[in-house]
Amino acid sequence: MATTSTPVTHHGGQHAPHASYLEDPQYRGLMSWLTTVDHKRIGLMYLWSVLTAFLLGGLFALALRLELLTPKEDFMTAETYNKVFTLHGAVMVFLFIIPAIPAALGNFVLPLMLGAKDVAFPRLNLASYYVYMTGAIMALTAILTGGIDTGWTFYTPYSTTTGGAVTLMTFSVFVLGFSSIFTGINFVATVHKLRAPGMGWFDLPLFVWGTYATAIIQVLATPVLAITLLLLAFERMFQIGIFDAKLGGDPVLFQHFFWFYSHPAVYIMILPGMAIISEIIPPFSKKHIFGYRAIAFSSVAIALISFIVWGHHMFTSGQSQLAAVIFSFLTFLVAIPSGIKVFNWVATMYRGSISLDTPMLYAISFLLLFTIGGLTGIFLGALSVDIHLHDTYFIVAHFHYVMMGGTVIAFLAGVHYWWPKMFGRMYNETWARIGCILVFFGFNITFLNQFAMGAKGMPRRYYSYLDQFQGNHIGSTVGSWVLALGLFIAAGVLLASLRKKYDAPDNPWGARTMEWETQSPPITHNFPNNPVMQHGPYDFDAPAVRRES
Amino acid sequence: MSWFRDFFLPMQGTSHAAAVDNLFMFIVFLNIGFFLLIAGLIGYFVLRYRRKSAHDRVGKVTHHLGLELTWSIIPLLLCLVVFFWGFKDYMTATVAPGDALEINLTGEKWIWTFEYPDGMRSLGELYVPAGKPVKLIMQSKDVLHSFFIPNFRIKMDVLPNRYTEQWFQSNIPGEYQVQCTEYCGKGHSGMNAKIVVMSPTQYEDYLQNGPPNLRSMPLAELGALLYESRGCATCHSINGTKGQGPTWTGSFGNMRKMTDGREMMMDENYIRTSILQPQAMVVSGYEGIMPTYQGLLRDREILALIEFIKKQK
Repeated sequence: MATTSTPVTHHGGQHAPHASYLEDPQYRGLMSWLTTVDHKRIGLMYLWSVLTAFLLGGLFALALRLELLTPKEDFMTAETYNKVFTLHGAVMVFLFIIPAIPAALGNFVLPLMLGAKDVAFPRLNLASYYVYMTGAIMALTAILTGGIDTGWTFYTPYSTTTGGAVTLMTFSVFVLGFSSIFTGINFVATVHKLRAPGMGWFDLPLFVWGTYATAIIQVLATPVLAITLLLLAFERMFQIGIFDAKLGGDPVLFQHFFWFYSHPAVYIMILPGMAIISEIIPPFSKKHIFGYRAIAFSSVAIALISFIVWGHHMFTSGQSQLAAVIFSFLTFLVAIPSGIKVFNWVATMYRGSISLDTPMLYAISFLLLFTIGGLTGIFLGALSVDIHLHDTYFIVAHFHYVMMGGTVIAFLAGVHYWWPKMFGRMYNETWARIGCILVFFGFNITFLNQFAMGAKGMPRRYYSYLDQFQGNHIGSTVGSWVLALGLFIAAGVLLASLRKKYDAPDNPWGARTMEWETQSPPITHNFPNNPVMQHGPYDFDAPAVRRES
Repeated sequence: MSWFRDFFLPMQGTSHAAAVDNLFMFIVFLNIGFFLLIAGLIGYFVLRYRRKSAHDRVGKVTHHLGLELTWSIIPLLLCLVVFFWGFKDYMTATVAPGDALEINLTGEKWIWTFEYPDGMRSLGELYVPAGKPVKLIMQSKDVLHSFFIPNFRIKMDVLPNRYTEQWFQSNIPGEYQVQCTEYCGKGHSGMNAKIVVMSPTQYEDYLQNGPPNLRSMPLAELGALLYESRGCATCHSINGTKGQGPTWTGSFGNMRKMTDGREMMMDENYIRTSILQPQAMVVSGYEGIMPTYQGLLRDREILALIEFIKKQK
């Protein structure tokens, strides 16, 4: 299996002239990791942490799907089911998807792409990791001491009146928000100040543009969530009437606050995924990205418009008709930049030289799944149709197509793409592809069934249901097993590669962005010399820059 | 094409449902068209431009303004069509005609109660005349709920601090399922109701004498029906397992201990009081969360439930 057929500079492997960041003699032992300010090591620590969260959230999902195999109670009571679906959502959103691409892959790749030695504030970077771990431990404590059954959305007044460890969980999410803000601040400063000489804004790889737009949302929107959750916690602790109608508050106000953060947060999750796809399609097509500026500007446009569409989560909440109409209109506007990106990615493949290595296979999966996710959004933007579909499985399917079919598939694409750079090893290409194909089909079986039953009127968050929906539920559960099998194969393939000696070339995919100009895995300070911008990130005509050694 | 629509959507109970379905199907065709376009292009490019050697000649084009404008503007125009279409039907769906029959609806964990203009109340079942607009004025006693009628393609949240409204007019007599679509805790999945659309004469008769099919039903049979339809089943099992409330299996005639320490015999009077004033006696080990059924069950219906409990040996 040829992993690549492009000319590469074979400087990696045991002939590496410098020790890599993984085995730098200056930094050895556990303490060197726990106190590291190296963005690559922090990125790796984040990677293992978010993957653990993904495993946990995934096991919750499999348990939910198993319970839903039959219409009646099987092995979970209603209370247990409610706790498990809340944990699935909260763990996946706050502990996995939000930090997954920026904090894990972004941390590793972004400074390398800019030709920088590190991020602008390395200590803040480490702090962000410890803040994340603190939040994660608080969340774990909340799960073990009573759990929570509010749904990841914490809607009031249910969340202010139910039992369990809701207050601790809200503080956990509050703390996690700060880790996200720290990462955002760091990336904004890094992109502004640490670009290699000669690298202008329009020479930035699109991954940097996407991550930059994400960072801006993180910095601007996360504080709103923090304040909202603080108010919620205060209401629970001190009986202040902000959201609870019994105390004179307004429960719908909570939804406004919550979605004012959480809708932009949807783009905190998807923009980095899109950014990865923009990075992968060009080298595997050996072609310059089509419409660089359109993709870059659409990231920024999405970031801005995403702040003013939150009300489309609330068409049935009792908000005024006028508000609903305005939010519906704005929602259709935010759809356009995402559509533009899809067309640009497809056009990049036109007359290219396409190889279907695992990262590209994931990228094509992304294109197909994200397209379905985006197109089904049109149903939900249309007012009259959304009234029917709101809070049914149609919504569940739609956001899984965007969040999982989009972001998680892009994350997997990115992990497979940068794995040789991060760990210096190539993985087994055949098995990695088998994993990818199983993930693709398992995902579609799982969630196409959910579209079908949602349109027929199957509400979400039900632990038992009417008999008529059982066929789709069985299909969905079987799909979840195929999906899980694919993911376990992918994990096995990647982990197995770590037992090998370094065998990854510097630039296995023949890419033109700067992270491939240093050795695999890179040295502690990234580049032996200060790299200078010599060609654009997608300039496949220019000769590859050879690393000085 | 109606088979194609039925593949995606539940039966239509109102003319509004038909209007919503038209837009739904329009978007289905848009979705299929765009998906085939994109998937087809990807498939074609992958086959046609598959890498043959490291020195493949590749295209040089990096952007094309006309093309980019085309694929921005056409989707934008289509989106605007969908927006206005959805907006138009939404306005008819949310503004009720002035002559609508007004029915008050209360949601609470985990039952729906309907109150008619003449003061009669009904639990979990809404009887309405066909061919007449019906407006629901809704409120919640506790947390958020949402009243979803899939066949009518409408839903609206039910809030604790303000009234929300929705309306429908069904010309097709029949029974329609209602489900709660705003998560509300343990009994959320069981918070169902039924809307029965009747001919106007049947409706008049119902207002006078209650549901026609129940009048001559044997007590125990009626009790079994009420057990399911009035929300008893959400908390009280009839197979011995412990639910939100005590099981009914083998309960009649037992002595039971209350949270305040009293010992009570489970007899007819105990059951009657438990139904009408549930907080008066709470069995030890359970929370006093049962709502009162005062005014919600006719005398014969209480007798029927007692008879049904007696049968649970």
